[in-house]
Amino acid sequence: MAQPSTNPSAPPRIVPEPGIRTLTGAQIIWDALERQGVEVVFGYPGGAIMPAYDALPGSTIRHVLVRHEQGAAHMADGYARASGRVGVAVATSGPGATNLVTGIANAMMDSIPIVCITGQVASTLIGSDAFQEIDFTGITLPITKHNFLVTRTEDIMPTIKQAFYIASSGRPGPVVVDIAKDAQNRSIEYQYDPSPVRLPGYRPERLPLPEELREAKEMIMEAKRPIIFCGHGVIRANATSLLLELVHKTNIPVALTLLGLGGFPARHERSLGMMGMHGEAWVNKAIQEADLIIALGMRFDDRVTGNLKTYAPNAKKIHVELDPAEINKNVKVDLPLLGDVREILRLLLPHLGPGDCAAWLAYIEELKGDSAVRDIQDLPDNGRLFAPHVINDLWRYTDGKALVVTDVGQHQMWEAQYYKHDHPRKLLTSGGAGTMGFALPAAMGARLACPNDEIWVIAGDGGFQMTASELATCAQENIKVNVAIINNGFLGMVRQWQQFFYGGRYVATPIKSPDYVMLAQAHGLKGICVTKRSDVRAAVEQARSNAETTLIDFRVEQQDSVYPMVPAGADLDAMIRRPKPELKSAPHNPIFETGDDK
Amino acid sequence: MTAPNQPTLRTFVAYVEDQPGVLNRIASLFRRRNFNIVSLNVGRTHEAGISRMTVVVEADDDKALRIEANLYKLVNVLSVEDISKQPNIVRDIALIKVKAPPEKRSEVLQLCQVFRARALDVGPDTLVVEVTGTQDKIEGLLAILAPFGVLEMVQSGTVAMTRGDISSAAKSIAQERPRIAVA
Ligand SMILES: Cc1ncc(C[n+]2csc(CCOP(=O)(O)OP(=O)(O)O)c2C)c(N)n1
Repeated sequence: MAQPSTNPSAPPRIVPEPGIRTLTGAQIIWDALERQGVEVVFGYPGGAIMPAYDALPGSTIRHVLVRHEQGAAHMADGYARASGRVGVAVATSGPGATNLVTGIANAMMDSIPIVCITGQVASTLIGSDAFQEIDFTGITLPITKHNFLVTRTEDIMPTIKQAFYIASSGRPGPVVVDIAKDAQNRSIEYQYDPSPVRLPGYRPERLPLPEELREAKEMIMEAKRPIIFCGHGVIRANATSLLLELVHKTNIPVALTLLGLGGFPARHERSLGMMGMHGEAWVNKAIQEADLIIALGMRFDDRVTGNLKTYAPNAKKIHVELDPAEINKNVKVDLPLLGDVREILRLLLPHLGPGDCAAWLAYIEELKGDSAVRDIQDLPDNGRLFAPHVINDLWRYTDGKALVVTDVGQHQMWEAQYYKHDHPRKLLTSGGAGTMGFALPAAMGARLACPNDEIWVIAGDGGFQMTASELATCAQENIKVNVAIINNGFLGMVRQWQQFFYGGRYVATPIKSPDYVMLAQAHGLKGICVTKRSDVRAAVEQARSNAETTLIDFRVEQQDSVYPMVPAGADLDAMIRRPKPELKSAPHNPIFETGDDK
Repeated sequence: MTAPNQPTLRTFVAYVEDQPGVLNRIASLFRRRNFNIVSLNVGRTHEAGISRMTVVVEADDDKALRIEANLYKLVNVLSVEDISKQPNIVRDIALIKVKAPPEKRSEVLQLCQVFRARALDVGPDTLVVEVTGTQDKIEGLLAILAPFGVLEMVQSGTVAMTRGDISSAAKSIAQERPRIAVA
């Protein structure tokens, strides 16, 4: 299929065609990036990439100087998740490049389109263990969708075009372009080639056969207890409105993966919420009793399925998926539909109608009623601050409209449970890799992608400290985000596992924090400390109205746990429930303050 | 017939771009996905710039499909085909250096003939023989020669081709060919 541009969703850009010019490889890098619609890159200079940096002032591209290259990769990732476009990180050879590795692996696990441009030692030195020479294409081979080592100036522009095309098409992913220093320095006669990229071995588009679609339709119409899974692929494919249409037509309820949150409105009556390890009891129970699963753009991760042997035993499975390598990888499916979720829904929709699942819906309502008093409602009001309350209140005070970027741990699961996202690309979180330190830099990337969004970081005190140095980048680059640190004094999620599975031995999980208010101030930013629920609102509003990045240090209950929980590898409906608190006469601190919050 | 989901030896033919690092990408993929390579051969084809690989892997039907799908994900892989279930020709080549003092030489040569193995080198006390065929045949010859004393042996990876008409992997390459030069 002809590709109109290598980064289709990029804003149209009118670049005057200057004809043939004599440019250095370094200048060509920026020209080629501009032609892909790149407006901002996140990076850090050093020896092998210095020619490129020297040529940067001649470009329209904004450069954000990070404090650690991991931050650059996460910023590019956050930019990509928030915008649907390709994010770009730049680093030097050797340690600069290896610092990107965590961020690249993170993007790979979550199928995020980023392009990393790294300097490499001169081609004449490659293989000689020259200063700061590291085999970066070797290192990144298993954690990139594809990578390139460029040693000739002539190859820079075509390679950058290919990199963007590969990163953003099909199932997206990170691409590394490692460019030798001499290739950056040499000058050639150059003219940008606007023709579409053609790669003979790369065919990202495919569609199911008509008979497969017919079979899917029959399976859906015959099902009595069907359930739809909304995964990340729905968001990636911009298929959220088609999914809504599917649900309106068929009445089938929707369970979501962590990365699928926002792909279907959380407050829709057919939304069951997140499934899997920290999904609500009714969601996982419904999955176990379903007779049909329609899985859209998800990959049956082990955090979603629990024990594979007992997983959804009665359900036929339709797997709508772009990547054929995902079919039957974890769960054996009855009907794979290979292709773009949006295209497939578009083809299926005209043939679907309301099925016969009234009894099923009533049953699910019953399950919900069973656990309608959500765990959190039973939290005694002991004057302390509970993380779920903070997140629920944040949801309320931001009208559920903020773009939230979480880190990894308990707060991440509480966010998924209590911040109800109704729109796609408003929750950015590290799912596949679970990379602590993701939140702050990813939020900064999102800020540059979505200047009009209200952006909130929700991070634990552990993960926040992993990339807290990027606060200085916020200050230098005037990047404003709001940061909620859920400060429980522990590496909470690990502490929870120690409590449940390691006899309560809290080894290496108590963690000290700096004074976050002073830390913010030291950067010329604002900081607020909150210890009572009654102070949450004022702090949130203060942060929103501050012009600069504002940190709120929420001192929450230290040893709270995320419930319910399916222990790793256990049956999906064998969950650990919150122990019933002694209700006594203690006044309650319910999270649902009005009836329509449910 | 074997049951559909028993692991068996599967033979994949893949056309790949002849570029530095492609073999590494494929080896890395098999290692990372925990697919065990039984045999791997890469060599040129009649088309410049395209290499052909033959990979033998132990896999059941599901795994075979996933191997194919994962190979396709590599940008430099042009086409892949699992030829295990089609009529095909599978060949290995082995060179065997066997102890053959003058008094044993004709006996060894006679046995080799049964296997259609050829003598490539005759030394004062040794013979180097070449045998082409399936793994079974090579093992058969080795067993027969063992009592004489096998001194060295080297075996290529398996190469394979479908019988009859052009294979679908090769056909898709022929169709892709005009596009290859464009970057
Ligand atoms: C880079 C990295 N190191 C270690 C882990 C393992 N890990 C997962 S959750 C967690 C605890 C996170 O603690 P904190 O950031 O305080 O968040 P909380 O769970 O308390 O909300 C750890 C250490 C990880 N996911 N990522």
